[in-house]
Amino acid sequence: MWRGRQGRLRPVGCVVEELRCRRREREAALRKARREQQLVSKRLLRDDLLEEAEGECVAMILGEAEIQQFLQLAQRGTDEKQRERALVSLRRGLQHPQTQQTFIWLEGSMRTLVGLLTSNRALLQLEAARCLHELSHSEQSAVAEACLPATSYLLTYLSGHSSDFIELCLYTLGNLIVESEAVRRRLLPQGIVPALAACIQSPHLTVLEALGYALSQLLQAKEAPEMIIPSVLGSTLPQHILQLLQPGPKLNPGVAVEFAWCLHYIICSQVNNALLISQGGLSTLGLLLLDVAGAVQRTEDAGLELLVCPVLRCLSNLLTEAAVEVVGGPNQLEDERVVVALYILLQFFVQKQPSLLPECLWLLNNLTANSPSFCTSLLSMDLIKPLLQLLPVSNVVSVLVLTVLCNVAEKGPAYCQHLWPGPLLPCLMGTLASSDTEVVGQSLELLHLLFLYRPEAVEAFLQHSGLQVLEKHQEEAQLQDRVHALQKTALHR
Amino acid sequence: MQLPPALHSRLLGAPGAAEPLPVERDPAAGAPPFHFAARRVRFPRDHEFFEDGDVQRHLYLQDVLTQVTGSPERPRVPEFTCQVAGCCQVFDSLENYEHHYHTLHRNVCSFCGRAFPSVHLLDVHILEWHDSLFQILSERQDMYQCLVEGCAERFRSGRDRKEHLVRRHLYPADFRFDKPKRSRGPAMPGAAIQESAEALGEGEEQSGGDAMDVCPEHAAPRPEPVGERRTYGHRIPSTICFGQGASRGFKNTKKRKEHQ
Repeated sequence: MWRGRQGRLRPVGCVVEELRCRRREREAALRKARREQQLVSKRLLRDDLLEEAEGECVAMILGEAEIQQFLQLAQRGTDEKQRERALVSLRRGLQHPQTQQTFIWLEGSMRTLVGLLTSNRALLQLEAARCLHELSHSEQSAVAEACLPATSYLLTYLSGHSSDFIELCLYTLGNLIVESEAVRRRLLPQGIVPALAACIQSPHLTVLEALGYALSQLLQAKEAPEMIIPSVLGSTLPQHILQLLQPGPKLNPGVAVEFAWCLHYIICSQVNNALLISQGGLSTLGLLLLDVAGAVQRTEDAGLELLVCPVLRCLSNLLTEAAVEVVGGPNQLEDERVVVALYILLQFFVQKQPSLLPECLWLLNNLTANSPSFCTSLLSMDLIKPLLQLLPVSNVVSVLVLTVLCNVAEKGPAYCQHLWPGPLLPCLMGTLASSDTEVVGQSLELLHLLFLYRPEAVEAFLQHSGLQVLEKHQEEAQLQDRVHALQKTALHR
Repeated sequence: MQLPPALHSRLLGAPGAAEPLPVERDPAAGAPPFHFAARRVRFPRDHEFFEDGDVQRHLYLQDVLTQVTGSPERPRVPEFTCQVAGCCQVFDSLENYEHHYHTLHRNVCSFCGRAFPSVHLLDVHILEWHDSLFQILSERQDMYQCLVEGCAERFRSGRDRKEHLVRRHLYPADFRFDKPKRSRGPAMPGAAIQESAEALGEGEEQSGGDAMDVCPEHAAPRPEPVGERRTYGHRIPSTICFGQGASRGFKNTKKRKEHQ
């Protein structure tokens, strides 16, 4: 299951409010970064138990002389334990940014570290890898880029057998990947994609999660659609990824999250989604959605929204592919349980994460837009009313809800018959009174369809003081043509 | 948000699609000034629609400040010794032992005792260093394969291969797992140690042994068959030891000479 996200090194006496405040700050920083297209996050792997066993875990600032001393001891110490201890001390020091800076500017230091990384002394190798990992996590480009001489070895070690070591190499690579295009331009010819494709066959869950992380960083790169995704699609990675996303007892949520994001970056880049569809992407993802909704039903709450978000996006985007248009074809998504799952998730998100409601509704739109079957499901399973309950959440949500309702209404009288009489019209009176132009605009479209296919609704509309509500908007540039048309229809019933 | 009670059981039911109600569109539906058209929507990667979800994803990445690898509880075990014959390393944790084993004892060349990080590199080594057929063939065709997984190029010589690694794959010129094979010199008493020294390359920075060698003090087992020369199963598990497991040195050089 999800590994303990609550770090054991959480400071004692930390107030919940303080944490929330920090989180809000970080959120704001991330939003800003995203708008500037600078969204970069790294992952740090530190072993709690190891540090506890070592005792006092304070990152010390080491000076040049100390660093040199530790390196020399690690290289040439007489006693095995002594050499290890020296590297451990170096590693602890490297947790501090200042030590990192001193280290990279010290001549020969990286060379020595790489030498230790590739030595045949297993424990020194492991410690050297941990040192590198600390460096890779740095926010300073110069520090991370100083790790480049090690990359060919990190990639070589991916085809080894020691799962802890491979995991460490993968997280280090993932951190380096996200650092800059220069780093990636080196890693790609060094064969990172084939190395990952070979490594993904590992049975170790920790390795798989780390691999998913590294791959997601690679796929998130700006140049990925042109430079990276084509070779990823040409490898065996896609089919392995889909396999790892198959629902069932073997599905590991931590692993699934990483690979779901990988798929999202691939799909939204629109390089060759037809390939993913031909490999069963739609059905795998659809079944996964059912699985997650089931978990939600059982109120298993372990961070499911992290998995749901990319799955929703993948499904929604895949549905726009031409390969899916063939009605009744093998690549269609027709199971109405997908709609059921979506509603269960909507209910879940209303409570836990309202910011994800638009993404859910986006999928609902893509499912219902061209599908009489799904629209019928909405009616037969009595799902219009719950949808209406979402209207007050936000304007964005309102517009999407109204769009889905339009999808149903535009299919004709047989569908509108189920929309009125019912709670729809009163709700529409509410949205028509909104101050948001887009909400009103979409409401007008729906009203038009309702009047057209269910003329009996006009009378009810008038009784609800509909004309007065319409009047409010008759001067509004974007709305007035439609308002007048509806006024005319209502008066000439 | 209230869901109809029957919905939950529908999720657990059989797959199926609703029989669609008849569709009957009036052309007035989409006539101006109205413009609604039901359509699927796609969003590209950088669209602001994805902002919230992306931010959540990154908070998650950053949140994992401390992570316990593998099982949450990592038991400390009482000290134990590596069971491979001749190896005397002591460990107090299974993870460290696992890495030690894989580094030193897993992909070991049965001819010369060198250890490799992967099966692939071991195979290439055996082929290029210990297979006489390879030597013969390589005089006529390109036999030296590129070391990078996924690259199918082959070369006439080790040097050409190295150049390819550096130029095409941006590998370091002193890549540790691409040592040129040393020519067979006369077996001399100190030959083994000398080989060791040569293999170091810019050796001073190395700790007492070639990256690919098994260190003398680790006393790598030498599973050399007495008598007939094996032509199969080069990768004999290092737990099997023929004769006395012995460290590299004068004794072994002599043995090798005998069997050549």
